[in-house]
Order: sequence, then structure tokens, then C-alpha cells
Amino acid sequence: MMGFEKFGHKSFTSQTKVNAFVAALESNELKGTKCISCGNTYFPPRADCCGCLGSDMVWINIEGPGNLLSYTRVNYAPTGFEKDVPYTLALADFNGTKVFGRLSSAIAKEETMVVMSLKAAVVNLPDGQITYEFIKA
Amino acid sequence: MSKDVAIIGVGQSAFVRSYQGSIRELAFEAFREAMQDAGISTGDIDASIICSAPEYDNQRSPSGIIAEYLGLNPQPTFAVESVCSSSTTGIRVGYSMIKSGLHDLVLILGFQKMSEISSADSQERMGRGADIMWEAPFGTMMPAYYAMHAQAHFASYGSTEKDLALIRVKASKYGILNEKAVYRKEVKLEDALNAGMVASPLKRFDCCANADGASCIIMASQARAKEMAKKPVWVLGLGSATASMTLTGRDALNGLTCARVAAEKAYAMAGVTPRDIDVAEVHDCFTIAELMAYENLGFAGPGQGAELIRAGETYIGGKIPVNVDGGLLSKGHPIGATGGSQVRTIVQQLRGEAGAIQVPNAAIGLVHNIGGVGVYGNVIILGR
Repeated sequence: MMGFEKFGHKSFTSQTKVNAFVAALESNELKGTKCISCGNTYFPPRADCCGCLGSDMVWINIEGPGNLLSYTRVNYAPTGFEKDVPYTLALADFNGTKVFGRLSSAIAKEETMVVMSLKAAVVNLPDGQITYEFIKA
Repeated sequence: MSKDVAIIGVGQSAFVRSYQGSIRELAFEAFREAMQDAGISTGDIDASIICSAPEYDNQRSPSGIIAEYLGLNPQPTFAVESVCSSSTTGIRVGYSMIKSGLHDLVLILGFQKMSEISSADSQERMGRGADIMWEAPFGTMMPAYYAMHAQAHFASYGSTEKDLALIRVKASKYGILNEKAVYRKEVKLEDALNAGMVASPLKRFDCCANADGASCIIMASQARAKEMAKKPVWVLGLGSATASMTLTGRDALNGLTCARVAAEKAYAMAGVTPRDIDVAEVHDCFTIAELMAYENLGFAGPGQGAELIRAGETYIGGKIPVNVDGGLLSKGHPIGATGGSQVRTIVQQLRGEAGAIQVPNAAIGLVHNIGGVGVYGNVIILGR
């Protein structure tokens, strides 16, 4: 059950039961999961529900527009990310579902502010990795 | 307020950028000081708990080699880890072992030799102390996570970069007086405000330094403490709590829920309120962490923490002196050793042995030690 190593600028793990998340990204969709038994929704997606202990999940779309909750523009990066500096990490809220990711570099520093309206967009990286980022809604 | 378990010995190595020795030798420096402080010998110790974040250690299972080097065979030993709060988690376990009657005297040794790997590698490994599936692939690191909390605090409450700089100015004032601190230079307000940006809005002086160091705390049952210690310091309350490691699972980023819940539990166990605390050590790995701690510990209402530092109320002589040993910002932050160092400072305060940084008549003190970015929260209330 490999495939998750394709997610992100740099991957730290390859195996998960929710690696269909990567296939969804390849179809240009950002998805979370929803428990069929109790209706709990999850982003990041989970294979198992800690609410009712069920493992029957369906995929749901995370759709915008969302709002920026917080962000930081980093000038130093951990090993493996040095070439990306500077970049902006962000937490956004999409109708009650929170999503962590990077803010598009197309959004100027001056216009970045908490509560600004955003949507998620899939990004295919030159080295074959796939991820998502937040762009202006 | 029960007085069942006491601290009867405290020790700490100097915290330095690069310790010229092995981890067992580093551990021994804190151990020797705590043993001499308690006035006991190795045969008195019933068990040892070794606390460190294992990602830095080349030695696998360091408890074994450290217990051997400290002369603590054949007594039981084992490791405890909750990243930056490992040694206060060790104290929680030690308290439980004594309170249960299993042991009378337990030694808690925290250590970290961070200099064995580069700073970038260390940030990468620390970054993996957050969610490696859903966050680390974006290039996360500790300053970035705390920076996001700072940005959220600013947006919620109108706190500013200057408020954070004021916290660093205070830390440096007391750090100068701490001969075991890694950073002992004055930081002026303009130095802090003009320093290079690390992760906005956190600048260089908003961040503590990595360091090598060790701490050692010796805990005893009531009977042994009364028989062995001239000035036992009692564990009045212990609170621990956790929060979602993944930021998406948190209600808000303008405070640390794990700290707030841990504090409520510790106050309830001790039967005291925030107003009863005479001196506090809080986990200021970043300036914003101290600001949030003021509010999460109840020293100020939500959003009112900045007023405490603006008015100088967290200096000695203020309403609630905080981090008068210089804090992590001045001392440095050798992950597994940090909580024990905070406890040592409060024990010295409550014994009236804190010298130049003594808070007059301190009777009740508090330690707030956080693991990861608000993942693990430990609050300990101590009294004389």
C-alpha cells in the first residue's frame, strides 16, 4: 500500500490507509473523510473514527472559499526545504474544517492578513511530488 | 493541600552551546550537584527515571548507560519522553511511584546533548515532533509553529512585536545573573525589535537557543523527606494535559489548551489560585510562549497578558515574577533537561536560596513546562 510518499514537498512516510488522498489530488481535488456510522468528518483524512470506533469512511470534498486563521513567513527552513525559502505556512478554515498548508507565493506579503479569503489549489512540483497550496479566492 | 511527596535535592549542569564530553558525563554534573544538595548516597536511591528526547541521542536506550555511570545499579531505571517537557513528566511519574508506596526515594535525571547534530538537522528532527504525514511535508519547524500562534494572538488581542521584545528584555536582565545560562548578554528593546526575522513575527531574540545540559531532581516520601531534608519543598499540585498534535485539531491558536487544562488541574489539586503563586517558571522557548502562559495560567485574563509585561508586573517586585532565572530564552533549552532546571529554580526560591534573583518570602511557586508546540502540558505547584 505505497503511494503516500508522493505527497508534499518532502515526504516522511509512504504507507497509510488513506493514500487515496494522493489520487484525489491528482484529480485536482482536496479531500477529507467522513464516518458513515456517526457522521464525524475529518481533515486531515483518517481511516478510523475515534468517535464511534468505526472504519467505514467515505471521501468528502474540502471546498472553498475559506479564511486564513494564521500564518508565518519563514526565512529559515529545516533540512530538505532550504531551496524553498522564504515560504509562508498557513492554517485556514473551510466552513469549520481546518486545513494546514502553504500560502501561494503569488500572494504578496503586504496583502497577507488573518481572515483573508482563500481557496485550495493542487500543485504539481517539478520533481514529481504533488501538494496543495492556498490561493486567493 | 497534601504534603506527601517532597523534593529534597536539585542539581543542574551549566547549559552550554557545545558540551565537551559524553552524555553520561553531562548527566553526572547535574547528578553530583543534586546528590550533594540532598546529602545522600547512591544506595539511598530506590529508582531512577531518565528523561530526554531520543532523536538527539546517538546512544540508544540511554537510561541503561546513565544509570550505570551514576552508580544506580541494580535499582530500576527507565526512560520517560514528552519532548521538551520530558523531565516534568518524569517528576509526575516519580511522584506516582512514591505516593503509591512503591518507592521512597526517586531520582529524575533530564539531559540533552543537542550539539551532536547540526541546527538544520535539529530543526528537521524537531519538526518531526509534529505531524509527519500532514504538516512536516510542508517544511515545518518549531519557530514556525510558535510564530503562527503569535500571529493568531496578535490578530485576536492586539498584542504586538514590541510586547514580545519586552519579554526578551526581561529574560536578558535575569540571564546576566545566571552563571549557568548560555546567553548572558543584555538585550535592549531595539536590539530585539531590529533582529533578523526567523519566522514572522518571531525574530532572532524571540527564540531560545539550543543547548547541551542536564538537570537532576531527587524526590522523597514524606517520612524520608522529614528525616533527611532541612528544607523539603513539597509537591502541592500536579496537572498534565494534552492537545491535538496536528494544528487542524485545535480550537484556536491564540493560547495553548494543554497548558490551561494542566493549570486548572494543578490549582485544583493544590487548593490554590493563580493569585497565590509567588514566583513562576514558564516555558518560554519563544517569547510568545511566555505571553500565552500568562493567560493560560490565569495570571492575566485572555488577551490581557501583554498588559503584565508592559507594566513590568512579571519582574521581581511585580505582581507575579516570571522566569527570574532568565528563562529558556537566556538559559538555553536542552530539551530533556529543561523542566528539571525550572523546578530547581523554584525549589531554590522556596528555600530562600536564590541569591540575587530571590523573590522575597516566596512560599508557593509554579512550573509550566510544555512539550512540542502545545502537545504536552505539565504544570507543577510547589510549596515550602
